[in-house]
Amino acid sequence: MHIPDGYLSTKVWIATDLVAAPAVVLLARRAQAKFDHHRIPLLGVMGAFVFAAQMINFPAGNGTSSHLVGAALLGCLLGPSAAVIVMTAILATQALLFQDGGVLALGANIFNMAIAGVFAGYLPFALLKGSRLGLFLAGFFSLLTAAVLALSELLISGVAMPPAMLSISFAWFLVSAAIEGALTMSVAVALERIQPGCLRKPEFAGRAWVTTGAVALLLGAFGWLVASDHPDGLEALALRAGISGRITSLIASPFGDYQASFLADPWLSRPVAGLAGMVVIYIACLAISRGIGATSREGV
Amino acid sequence: MSRIVEVRGLRYAWEDGTEALRGVDFDLEAGQTVALLGANGSGKTTFALHLNGLLKASAGSIQIDTLVLNDKSLPVIRRKVGLVFQDSDNQLFMPTVLEDVAFAPLTAGLTSAQATEKAMAALRQVDMEAKAHKAPWHLSSGEKKRVAIAGILASDPSLLVLDEPTTFLDPPGQRSLAALLADLPQAKILITHDMTFARALTKEAVFFQEGKIAARGPLDEVITRFDWY
Amino acid sequence: MRHTRLELWSRGTTFAHRRHPAAKIAVALTFLVCIATLQPSGWRIGVLYFVALTSMAFAARLPVPRLHLAAAVVLPFAGVFALISFLAGTPEKGLAMMVRAWLSAFTTVLLMATTSQPDLLAGLESLHAPRFLVQVMQFLYRYLLVLLEEAGAMRAAAASRAGKLRAREFRRAAAAAGVLFARSWGRAQAIHRAMTARGFDGHIPRFRSLRLTWPDAWFVALLATFAIVARLAIR
Repeated sequence: MHIPDGYLSTKVWIATDLVAAPAVVLLARRAQAKFDHHRIPLLGVMGAFVFAAQMINFPAGNGTSSHLVGAALLGCLLGPSAAVIVMTAILATQALLFQDGGVLALGANIFNMAIAGVFAGYLPFALLKGSRLGLFLAGFFSLLTAAVLALSELLISGVAMPPAMLSISFAWFLVSAAIEGALTMSVAVALERIQPGCLRKPEFAGRAWVTTGAVALLLGAFGWLVASDHPDGLEALALRAGISGRITSLIASPFGDYQASFLADPWLSRPVAGLAGMVVIYIACLAISRGIGATSREGV
Repeated sequence: MSRIVEVRGLRYAWEDGTEALRGVDFDLEAGQTVALLGANGSGKTTFALHLNGLLKASAGSIQIDTLVLNDKSLPVIRRKVGLVFQDSDNQLFMPTVLEDVAFAPLTAGLTSAQATEKAMAALRQVDMEAKAHKAPWHLSSGEKKRVAIAGILASDPSLLVLDEPTTFLDPPGQRSLAALLADLPQAKILITHDMTFARALTKEAVFFQEGKIAARGPLDEVITRFDWY
Repeated sequence: MRHTRLELWSRGTTFAHRRHPAAKIAVALTFLVCIATLQPSGWRIGVLYFVALTSMAFAARLPVPRLHLAAAVVLPFAGVFALISFLAGTPEKGLAMMVRAWLSAFTTVLLMATTSQPDLLAGLESLHAPRFLVQVMQFLYRYLLVLLEEAGAMRAAAASRAGKLRAREFRRAAAAAGVLFARSWGRAQAIHRAMTARGFDGHIPRFRSLRLTWPDAWFVALLATFAIVARLAIR
C-alpha cells in the first residue's frame, strides 16, 4: 500500500502533495496552537506503538498472516486531527528510514492512509457511537478507502492493468479491509479491558471534518469506478477531498494545469512542471504556516 | 547544617479513593543520605513524586531548602529536587546525550552555549563526556543511568531522589554507581530493595508501611527489625 | 535493523556528511523530481544519474554495494507492476518504473546515510516544517527501538505457546497488541512525568544551531544544476 517513487505520473504526485502537505501543515499548526504540547510525547510514543504493533502477526486464514495498519485505531484513540499527525509521522519515518513508500509519493501515501484513512475510519466510529460494529467498520472503511485511492492513483498515472487484475485487486481489498476491521475491533476491545476509558468519546470537532470524512468515504467506495471511466475526474475530486473551504483558495495556483503550457514539448514540461510544483507546494505550506502562526502566537 | 527537606502531615489519595500516604513527617539535612525501604506499594515512590510537585498532596506541607512548595515556588523547587527514575529510557527522551542533559538548563532559560557548558560539566562529573554526541540507545544500562544523573546534576540540585537505581544494572555497574553517588555532595534519598547498595551509601534508613513511616533509624537496625534482607 | 544501519553510516564526517541538512534535502528533492519524470526513452539520463549518485556515495566513504542493496527493497513491489505491464503489453513502461523506483530509493538512502536523524529533523525545521510534527517524529524515532524490542519479546513469548485454533490465535494476537498498547501508554505517561520533573512546561527547547555556509550553497547550486541540466539537455 505504500506507493514508492517512480510509479505516479507527475500530475498525480504533485496533485496529492498539493493536497496533503498543506493539510498536514494546517493540522500541525492548529495542534501547536490549540492542544498543549504536553501531548507531543504521547503522540510520538503512539506512533512508535503502531509501528511496533505492525510486527505482531495475525493469522488471516488460508495460511497467510496480516498485520494492523492502524489509522482507524489511532483515530479512535487520539481523535482524528492528532491521528493524522501521528500517521504522517509514521509514513514519513517509513519513507525515509525504511524506503517503505517514496518521498515524492509521500503526499499520495499521506493522503490515502493518514488523511482519507483516518477520516473514513472515524466517521463510522463516531456515527455508531463507538460500538463494536462501529470499530469494525472503522477499520474496514479506513483500509478500503486507502487501498482504493492508492489503486486509483496508480491507474490515473497510467499503470496498465488488465480488467481481470482489477477485479482480483478489489476482491483482495475487501478481504484485507475485513481483516483490518476485525483487528481494529479486537485490539480496541482488548485495550478497553486493560485500560477502560482509553477510547475517545466520539465527537465531531466541526462540520468541516464531517464533510471531509464523508467525501473521503465516498471516494473510497466509488473512486475506482470514476477513475476507470474518467481519468481526470478523480483528481478533481481528490483536490476537493482533503481540504475544506479555507485552503481551497490557497492552492488554486497558476499551475492549475501542471503541464506548464509555455513549454509545449513534453520533454521539457515534465521536469519543469515537477520542480515548479514543488515550489508552489512549499510556498502554499509556508503561507499556511505563517498565516496561522501570526494569529496564534500565544500558543507557541 | 541547613534543612533540605521538611515534610509535615503529608496525605495523598488516588482518584479511586485509595489512600497512598496517610500522614508522613520527614526531615533531611543538607548532604545527608537516607535509604527508603518498604514493600512495593507502601508509598515510597508516591512520596518521592511529591517532593518536586509531580503529585499534589491532599493535606500537609512540604518545604525544600526553606522554600514552601506551592505553585509559585514550583519551578525553583523542580530545579532543586532532582528525580532519577527507575527506567532510564523514559528519562532520556532527547535524540542525543548532550541535548538530553542540556534539556533542564535550556528549559530554565539559559542560552545554548551556557547550557552546553553546564551539560558538559555534568557529564564530566559522571565520567560520560566521551559519549556526549551518542544517541541514548547506544548506551549500556549503566551508562544510561549515569547520563540520567547528569541530566539532573545539570540544574544544580540540592537533593537527589533515586528510585530503584540499581534495577537494570549488573553487579560491577552497581558498584560503580555507588562509588559515583558517594562522591556527589548533595543530600540523597535512595528508594531501594538492594541492601548491599544501601549499605554502601548510608547508615540511615526510613521504613514505609501502608502509607506511613513505620520507623526511622540506623540501617542495620531497621533491616533486622522488619526482616528486610 | 535497517534504520540502525543507516544511522551507523550517517555518523561519518566527510564533506557530504557535514553539509547543512536543508541543503541535502534540497538536492535530494531535485534529483527525485528529475528521476520521477524520466521516460523510457531517457535511459541515458538514468545511467548518468546512477553514476553520479554512486560517485557521491563513494565520495562520502559509504559501503556502496550495501547502499545499492538497501535501495533494492522497493524491487518486489516494482516487480509486481513490471509483470503486470509486461502482461498488458507495455514491457518498457514496467522497466522504466523499476528503474525510477530503484534510483529514487537510492537517492533517499544516500540522503539518510549522510544525514543523522536529529540533523534531518533540524533540517526539516529550518525549512519551516511544522515544529509540532517534527517533534512527534523525534519522539516516535526515539521510542521506536524501545517498543520494537518489547514487541519482539512478546512475539517470542506468544510463539512459544501458540495454539492451533485460528480464532484463539487471533484473539491472543489482539491481546498482545492490547498489552503492548497499555505498556506504550504507561511509558508515554512516565516520559511526560520525567520531563515535567526536569522543568518541562510544554515547550521543548531548541538546541541545534545550524548555519548555512558557502560550501553548502555551492553544494546545492552545483548538484541541483547538474541534475536539471542533465535532465533537460540529454535526449
